[in-house]
Amino acid sequence: MTTSSGAVGVAEPIRVLVAKPGVDGHDVGAKLICRALMEAGMSVVYTGLRQSPEAIATAARDHCADVVGLSIMSGAHLPLCEKVAASLKQAGMDHAKLIVGGVIPARDHDALAKLGASAVFGVSATLDEIVKWVEHNGRRTS
Amino acid sequence: MSSEREHASPVTWDSGIAIKPVYGPGDAPKSVDGDGEPGEFPYTRGIHPLMYRKRPWTIRQYSGFGTAAETHERFLYLIKHGNTGLNVAFDLPTQCGLDSDDAMADGEVGRVGMAVDTLADMEEAFDGIDLNQITVSLTINGAAVPIMAMYFAMADKRGFPLRELRGTAQNDILKEFIGRGTWIFPVEPSLRLVGDTIEFCAREVPHYSPVSVCGYHIRESGATPAQEMAYGLAIACAYVEHVRARGLDVDEFAQGISFNFDIFGNLWEQVAKFRAGRRLWAKIMKERYAAKNARAMQLRMIAGGGGGGLTVEQPLNNLVRSAYYALASALSGTQTMALCSYDEAYTIPSEQAARLSLRTMQILMHEVGACDTVDPLAGSYFVEATTSEMEAKIRAIMGNLDAEGGIVRAIADGRAQADVNRQAYERQRRIDRGEIKRVGVNCFADDEAEPDVEFHPYRREKADEQVARLGKVRATRDAAKVAQTLDALTRAAREGRNVMPAAMDAVKAYASVGEVCGALKTVFGTYKEPVRF
Repeated sequence: MTTSSGAVGVAEPIRVLVAKPGVDGHDVGAKLICRALMEAGMSVVYTGLRQSPEAIATAARDHCADVVGLSIMSGAHLPLCEKVAASLKQAGMDHAKLIVGGVIPARDHDALAKLGASAVFGVSATLDEIVKWVEHNGRRTS
Repeated sequence: MSSEREHASPVTWDSGIAIKPVYGPGDAPKSVDGDGEPGEFPYTRGIHPLMYRKRPWTIRQYSGFGTAAETHERFLYLIKHGNTGLNVAFDLPTQCGLDSDDAMADGEVGRVGMAVDTLADMEEAFDGIDLNQITVSLTINGAAVPIMAMYFAMADKRGFPLRELRGTAQNDILKEFIGRGTWIFPVEPSLRLVGDTIEFCAREVPHYSPVSVCGYHIRESGATPAQEMAYGLAIACAYVEHVRARGLDVDEFAQGISFNFDIFGNLWEQVAKFRAGRRLWAKIMKERYAAKNARAMQLRMIAGGGGGGLTVEQPLNNLVRSAYYALASALSGTQTMALCSYDEAYTIPSEQAARLSLRTMQILMHEVGACDTVDPLAGSYFVEATTSEMEAKIRAIMGNLDAEGGIVRAIADGRAQADVNRQAYERQRRIDRGEIKRVGVNCFADDEAEPDVEFHPYRREKADEQVARLGKVRATRDAAKVAQTLDALTRAAREGRNVMPAAMDAVKAYASVGEVCGALKTVFGTYKEPVRF
């Protein structure tokens, strides 16, 4: 795992965990997003490939994540999100904002929202859009 | 006139080659004279004397989903419509060495490819298909040992002698660590397993190509075309050196190493990449490894239209892109061609989309004249000059890799991955800023909503069916024989013997992919990713 701390002397950086649930090995996009968030000054941990929902929840807790981003290309986003959301809750991490990116058809967006996803970024999303969303919505309000 | 040329807006390829507005006799490199005829060393002009005038390229669309029965049906459909080879997509659990009833496989069984647990699935998938007429390519890497063993066992049981069997396995594990990610074991034992398959095939399945080295996925992960070729050739050299160290001569096994490259983006850059790559591979095999067998020096490839060029936006544009990629592939002298279908940026291709990909290649083959003559671009001042510049670029990148300890070390400590990731990031930023043009995405984009796209349905009941089928095989096979063959496999792995004969015995006893990989894991352990940025 890799950590990059944000700039010193400003507000605490937003803490993000980027995770690859399931067995999909395509993580070019996940790594692009990690880098973009790091450049925006956030503290980012990337889990690496093939993470179980429990491992993702544990990593989120260890990193005190404000945001948990899942990258899913295989089409298994609905079952995987459901399991990760349940694991986050069990780990007491359901305050973290869950966001999902990847190859995700528009018709599944509502279902993902019901499972607890705060935002869904499809293939057309730009890095700046994602960074802006996390900057505006990622910080814990409580 | 010359000052006008100097003021032309600059053009530089991704590979870092600056392109002049006009090329002439002074630009054509002298080395072209040494290129020889097609079918002659160093094979710049193609590996066969008559190329497509003797036999057009093989059409091998990538396909597979759901259960073996569903995939079998799609195979028959593709063959009926003119596929002359098959390229099997396995689902992610199979690729990662997990059985369909493994907890990590839940939700993924049969989703992006065919689920294979035991020999029974392999038998069903190829039932009735003449393996002498249709050559089969297995897109399998981490789990290559059980899947190749199952394919060979299936062919053997159906009476196709292994000594005559043709076909290809992807089995390029080193690139999986850079992109695609279906690794299982750590880097060193993974390399050894590839060595076992090469050695086994050299002795037992001599017409089979046990490895297809993939620049493709490295390019898709962010590499430039020059890097794609350089990394691909460097990885191929790593396999060659590993097997030579076992005492085999390159002329005995190197003909079994083929290649898989990516096509998207600039047409001419692809042509230069392939012509240069063929020339350089021939020279490396001859000069560095003292190959004498012509087949060991020939770069044989599948060159396909890659997903990296396709867009979710305005998906029908992908049809047009794919046609140009197919043209680039034909102009580059490929042996086998495949095209990503227009809907493949977001789903498993529909039958209609898969058929359009076939038709694209058939129109090129039968209507447009792509097969008329060998290496039609040879002798062009521009193409010859850029072929030589590309060769120099590839050589330089390979030289740097060697100077820094070689490709295997670069992969093991994560440097290769970090380099490719950084470039992918820079490329994405350039796309976001509009510096790299993507028609329909960052220019000529529509405001109107995207047309509805047809998604391949995922049928949960098919996954349940697969799990039940595996359960039935487990219940009916000879359990003692499974345990005994798996134990023999573990011993072969531990004692440094070639694992393939023992793996064949195990899969013939209907040991599963997960059980075979599990036995190997007890000896080799599993890979831990060095995540570096």
